[in-house]
Amino acid sequence: MADLAICLRGVVKRYGAITAVDGLDLDVPEGTCVGLLGPNGAGKSTTMRLLTAQAIADEGELEVLGFRLPEESKQARAQCGVVPQLDNLDTTLTVEQNLLVFAHLYRIERSKRREAIERALKMSKLVDRRGSRVDKLSGGMRRRLLIARALVHRPRLALLDEPTVGLDPQVRQELWALIDALRTEGTTILMSTHYIEEAQRLADTVLIMSHGSAVAAGPPSELVLEHAGHEVLEVYGPPARLAEVEAEAGAAGMRTRRTGTSISILGVDGTNGFTIDGERRPANLEDVFVLLTGEEIA
Amino acid sequence: MATAEARGARLGRLERSALTGVLVREAVNYSSYWKSSTFSSTVEPTIYLLAFGFGFGSLVSTIGGYDYVDFVGTGTVATAVLFSSAFPAMFGTFVKYQFQRTYDAILAAPVDTEELVTAEALWIATRAGVYGCVPMLVAMVFGLDPSWGMLAVPFIGWVAGFGWACFGISIAGYAKSFENFNYVVSAVLTPLFLLAGSFFPLDNFPQWAQVLANLNPLHHCVVLVRHAVFGSDGWKDLARLGALAVFGLLVWRIAIHAMTRKLID
Repeated sequence: MADLAICLRGVVKRYGAITAVDGLDLDVPEGTCVGLLGPNGAGKSTTMRLLTAQAIADEGELEVLGFRLPEESKQARAQCGVVPQLDNLDTTLTVEQNLLVFAHLYRIERSKRREAIERALKMSKLVDRRGSRVDKLSGGMRRRLLIARALVHRPRLALLDEPTVGLDPQVRQELWALIDALRTEGTTILMSTHYIEEAQRLADTVLIMSHGSAVAAGPPSELVLEHAGHEVLEVYGPPARLAEVEAEAGAAGMRTRRTGTSISILGVDGTNGFTIDGERRPANLEDVFVLLTGEEIA
Repeated sequence: MATAEARGARLGRLERSALTGVLVREAVNYSSYWKSSTFSSTVEPTIYLLAFGFGFGSLVSTIGGYDYVDFVGTGTVATAVLFSSAFPAMFGTFVKYQFQRTYDAILAAPVDTEELVTAEALWIATRAGVYGCVPMLVAMVFGLDPSWGMLAVPFIGWVAGFGWACFGISIAGYAKSFENFNYVVSAVLTPLFLLAGSFFPLDNFPQWAQVLANLNPLHHCVVLVRHAVFGSDGWKDLARLGALAVFGLLVWRIAIHAMTRKLID
């Protein structure tokens, strides 16, 4: 079994009466990409903050790259790169100056600093914009710079908190290629996201979180098979008809989920005696996500 | 189970490389705003110097044995130190954690809150030490005689500036909004600034007020600067420097506590 870059056991984090992380267990083997998938408020960002000791757990054990947290968090952070959900670049500095500052903060030796900055610029395709002030960059470029900044010191572990949130599809695809290249190089990645497609494309393993704890974990294809089967029957109609279908499927022991405009009946593989008309489609991770995290908005 | 390779040496507290990292960030940023910062930190005390020096100076030629322009020229050094340390520390710190989220980025690197606060205070103190000299240089243009003791003024400004920077960071750490600063400016900084002995001597104040003045770090800064320029008061000045150092150490620890509460959940 591969060494674990991250190992969390029974981690609890409370904010007053709210339990943001509730007995979370998480394993991230070295060299893999693990996706933390969950709706808003599931505890993903709190988990990320716990991993950099910017939040301190009330209970449980945390180990990052072999270092116990929070006591040895500084050593762990020296070998991690963090891409935050919210842009916190120095906007009045240039692209290159932002990288220079973090080359210092991550303690890159003077003789290797220039090379590290050039490599980060190339990786993020910002070589031509090195002299541009950050407030003159597009949203996509700023995101690429955030990733370059986190990777300037070649970390063993990259923590990406919603790396493509709020970006248009083209920019997201560009960033996916960048993250995929990083994974290919062997960097361990823990990525929180609420974009199902992002998790499905990039993550070797997905951990689905709801209300602060893990409700399922495994490779995306295995999770789909386990919880939603091979095929899903999608039934459209007016609300009254959808309620009837839901009741009928429930009575037949089938699992369903609402999509807003239709009812999805999960795991219809080989259910040939099923009489409801609808469109069959392959089951996907979104089916699993909604099934496990609930249909209601928290 | 967990990876143990490449553990490296255990990292300690207040490491030079962490302090350097934060200081480099400040220095690089300073290159983009040094003009406005220098303007605000030096012009305002200089206006006080000119207004009081020539306003009161036309009515009062000497005060406490000093020429009034010399008296105010040395007194406003402390004002410049205060303006270039407490105020940027309060507002800058608040903006960096609340709006720019700069500290979230720094604390994700191998830097602790203690190092972050210390480096920020060191940087502000250094600027205060330099900016604090401006009123004295302006006073020299208007007749203040140079002396060797003036070389100690940047150091006095640095020590006082460190304390006021930590004071400002502490206030920012406990503040919930910008509006909270109004209470501190009106109820704390303005009285301390006016009752520091910069513009008039405190000798004619009631005895209790003179005793209380010794609790005002700005007053010690004013007196130390005057004595550096016009002649030392020996052990008493050393005691005043010690008082400034104690003030600095106390508010340094308070600033670290305040910012840890603010930045670490």
